[in-house]
Amino acid sequence: MSTASRATVASQVGSATQVAAPELALRLANVNLYYGSFRAVKDVTLDIKARAITAIIGPSGCGKSTLLRSLNRINDRTPIFRAEGTLKLGDIDICAPTTDLVEIRRRIGMVFQRPNPFPQSIFDNVAFGLKLNGRMPRQQLTEVVEQSLRGAALWDDVKDKLDQSALGLSGGQQQRLCIARALATRPEVLLMDEPASALDPISTLRIEELINDLKRQYTIVIVTHNMQQAARASDVTVMMTMDTADRAGNVVEVGDTNQIFTNPRDRQTEEYITGRFG
Amino acid sequence: MARRNAILAQSIFFSAAAILVLSTGALVLFIGSTGLRVFSFISPASFFFGRSWDQNTQDFGVLPLLFGSLATTLVTLVISAPLAIAVSIFMVEIAPRPIRRIMRTAVELFASLPSVIYGLLGLTLVVPWLRDALHVGLGKGILAAAVVLVFMTQPTMVSIAEDALRSLPESLREGALAVGATRWQMIWRVLVPAARPGLLTAVILGMGRAIGETMAVQMVVGNITSRIPSNLVSGATTMPAAIVTQLPEATSPAHRAALIMVAFLLLVITLILIAGVRLATGGKSTKASTRRAVPAAQGGRPAAVAKLQGDKV
Repeated sequence: MSTASRATVASQVGSATQVAAPELALRLANVNLYYGSFRAVKDVTLDIKARAITAIIGPSGCGKSTLLRSLNRINDRTPIFRAEGTLKLGDIDICAPTTDLVEIRRRIGMVFQRPNPFPQSIFDNVAFGLKLNGRMPRQQLTEVVEQSLRGAALWDDVKDKLDQSALGLSGGQQQRLCIARALATRPEVLLMDEPASALDPISTLRIEELINDLKRQYTIVIVTHNMQQAARASDVTVMMTMDTADRAGNVVEVGDTNQIFTNPRDRQTEEYITGRFG
Repeated sequence: MARRNAILAQSIFFSAAAILVLSTGALVLFIGSTGLRVFSFISPASFFFGRSWDQNTQDFGVLPLLFGSLATTLVTLVISAPLAIAVSIFMVEIAPRPIRRIMRTAVELFASLPSVIYGLLGLTLVVPWLRDALHVGLGKGILAAAVVLVFMTQPTMVSIAEDALRSLPESLREGALAVGATRWQMIWRVLVPAARPGLLTAVILGMGRAIGETMAVQMVVGNITSRIPSNLVSGATTMPAAIVTQLPEATSPAHRAALIMVAFLLLVITLILIAGVRLATGGKSTKASTRRAVPAAQGGRPAAVAKLQGDKV
């Protein structure tokens, strides 16, 4: 939790500061993302620190979600989507055609903007990822489900109704269930795409507390529209904007969250966080 | 003036609704009361449990007809339901857009073919093929009818099942993939269970089509009413086929009444099926919590059902 090491790891645009490998969870170099011929994100070079919370902020349409969704290749579902450049998880090239998508997604979990529990029981939702790789002894399954629900601060709410439908839970509980579902497969990285945007303020706060607890074990990358959330919940902030010339999103500033919010170096960042644009 | 118009409009709508409800009631009442007259000629036991239907001996046991209908429908469903679900999964989750469009056009074409054409194809293709392949009988029978019905029920089942799958939110798919599911795991473990009410509706309405189909079945089923068929390839009959074959020649009042009673039975079975659809899709009073947040899972029912009940014979 040392502020000093946080600041040194935060990398600069275009000049990735190389740090000891285990400290870095994801490395992006010259990443360009396209929808057909439209370049949605351009020339992103970024190191994402392990076991820390990295917030990606920026105005609507600047490619935050596109960038996040390319990290576990969930954007591959869009037929015209295409990624160029280097995206690395440890030694694995995320974008290589030979990369096993299943493995990538087991190591990089994701929580979406709206809670998306499956219309199944609470238990089955959490156990879903565990059952995909063949049978697991019931005992072990039950244990991991409990751990995951505890990890997502949901265990006390649902321990007596694990066999009930997940759709009976409140929105905030559903989102924590989705976090538990993502945690169950023990990913290294957790991607969160505005995880609290569909929730009420109290649920939002609980999710933020949860995220803060999770960073001890997980690398978290979170996209958010909410400045306070980024300021409260993150260690590193990545500021993106849309280039006015070609409408491509790009990273304008990366830094320690305290620095970004108190003393931004980039004029656009300053305007954005003070609410003058975006 | 405006007020008078409103009253007028209201009474027009009210009468329209009343006419519809009353005529439905009158239909059931008429068929029921006419059909029940059969019991002044023969005993209910000999009608419901009689194993032979023969106008020469004036035996009107409904079992050969009922058995034929149920067996035909069952064999049809065993082939047709998995096929339709597979086709709809292919269309929604796998096929690229151009292929999907071609398939949808094909399904619509299938739906618009008159049933006599199906019967004709059954008679000229399916029946000879079964006869040559199995070396039993003439090829006409329950199996031939079922093969024809498999094709006839596909449009109904595929379009409803496709709607049900398509209306599942994309977030369910992404959620499954994001925890490391393969496409097949996503389909079988998330999408199919989530779409179950819609898929069930598809199967039930396909069943309704199968049990009510008259012309095409009559052409290939063999129209043997005098006994319960002992196998799937010897001549048999179904309830609608028996009615359409025999009613024009039914001279004795008992025969006529017996056939109308069969029609009443068919009507009752159809009503039960419709109730089944209600139960499968709308019966949410007891299980609201499991479906509440996925209205899409029940997707496609109203429009598709309206569309397809319209074309049921």
